[in-house]
Amino acid sequence: MRRLVWLVPPVAVLAVFFGYPLVLVLWQSFVSDSGVVGLQVWQDVLGSAEFQRAVVRTALLALAATAGCLVLGVFLALVIAFAPFPGVRAVSRLVDVVLAFPSFLIALAFTFLYGSAGVVNAALGDGSVDFLYSPWGVLLAEITFYTPFVMRPALAAFSQIPGAQLDVAASLGASPWRVLRRVLLPDAAPALASGACLTLLLCMNEFGIVLFVGAKDVITLPMLVYTKAIVTFDYPAACVVAVVNVVFSGALYALHRCLFAKGAGRAAVDAA
Amino acid sequence: MLLWTRRSRAVAIAVFAVLFAVVVLAPLAMIVLASVAGSWNGVLPSEVTGSHLAGAVHGDAVASALVSAQTAVIAALVAVVLGTWLALSAARAPLVVRRVLDGVAHLPLAVPSVVVGLGLLVAFSRPPLLLNGTRWIVLVAHLVILLPFTFSVVSAAQRRVDPVLAAVAASLSASPMRVLWRVQVPVLLPAMSASASLGLALSMGEVGATVMVYPPDWRTLPVSVFALTDRGQVFAASASTVLLLGITLAGLVAVGAVRLRAAER
Repeated sequence: MRRLVWLVPPVAVLAVFFGYPLVLVLWQSFVSDSGVVGLQVWQDVLGSAEFQRAVVRTALLALAATAGCLVLGVFLALVIAFAPFPGVRAVSRLVDVVLAFPSFLIALAFTFLYGSAGVVNAALGDGSVDFLYSPWGVLLAEITFYTPFVMRPALAAFSQIPGAQLDVAASLGASPWRVLRRVLLPDAAPALASGACLTLLLCMNEFGIVLFVGAKDVITLPMLVYTKAIVTFDYPAACVVAVVNVVFSGALYALHRCLFAKGAGRAAVDAA
Repeated sequence: MLLWTRRSRAVAIAVFAVLFAVVVLAPLAMIVLASVAGSWNGVLPSEVTGSHLAGAVHGDAVASALVSAQTAVIAALVAVVLGTWLALSAARAPLVVRRVLDGVAHLPLAVPSVVVGLGLLVAFSRPPLLLNGTRWIVLVAHLVILLPFTFSVVSAAQRRVDPVLAAVAASLSASPMRVLWRVQVPVLLPAMSASASLGLALSMGEVGATVMVYPPDWRTLPVSVFALTDRGQVFAASASTVLLLGITLAGLVAVGAVRLRAAER
């Protein structure tokens, strides 16, 4: 019992500053502006076209971004791990640095690269690229920013695979594609799946990029929470959207934990 | 190893170089270029000026930078202390409690930062605790967002520590406080400093929760950058972003230096 007493201070901080606000958000979502308790706000929000579009947009963006990150991240990791070139260490350090940067940096950089007065348009002629203020702009920015989140675990997994295994496969006549499909990817699959799941969660919750790109028709759930609460001061509606968002990402997070808790346990045993 | 012919290797590296340049190098280069651009009508800035950068270390921008730095240092320190505390006390709890704690402590990871901000607004704009409109609400928001990360790093390190170490110290009649201070915390120091770096970097770049809760007198640098881009002052925004990255990197280097010195002793 005395050992549990030591848990009280940090758990109290979590409860007061994280748990209690979440509970209030849930409660507030059932209380309309006029103070009536009921399902009115939920009905209004869930029935609105704006909200439904945001749900679809958020899901599509997150899925597409994750798929893009997987393809790009696996390719970059493969080259770093299996076709090393001079300066490869500097490259992978730079990737670590990018992980420490805020996501909105990418969105800002994109306006200079692909904006209407950006470098690409200046080089290729005005109006040759015009995707920045559409969902594509947000999607490409998210892929750019979140690729390292797949690349890191992929690199770690590839470095665990003994080179002899690949050499044997190759000496038995397997083509590089076959080695990739039959040896490398199956071995790295758990790490890749875990990375992809995390990326999906982060993309679903991404706010900085969407805010900075500022495309009018790209409203995701976090963006809707922000506009409802800060721009129109509609707290009950913001709370409904927030609850829906938390339910989605919470489910994804729970799935991630149950799928990969076993793997983590095994890795810990292996390491010991 | 995977690609045996010279040609295939060259092709792979070439594609890598192009992708890497587009994905990582170009965005970084753009921010730096824009921060020194006087005017930018062609492919490259036609005129180079230091006035944006000079503006970024003056007046409002500097105030924001100071706010960000203070917020990051305080939030990261508190998050490291609380995260370590939680990791150490959870390790001694029964297995069931430990499992539950592990899940609960990681939960803020899954909640969008905007929702963390909204929750704080809803909860602390009313009695018993009024924080809305003060700088404390920003600090609390950053703390809530950093805590799962520091806890995760430290508790992962804690799991690899041999429990015999503390047991031996205790059997040699060291008091629990002494065991904690002379055995358990020193072993975790590398993880604590790693989590401090992570916390600093995350806090410096935090936008979602901050933009929801910040009071006018406590505006962090990312929020200022957003205000600038929103007004169309993209060059000034880039200069502020470069300042932000500079401060973040300086902070990371400082934490790294402290870690090195601790390792030498």
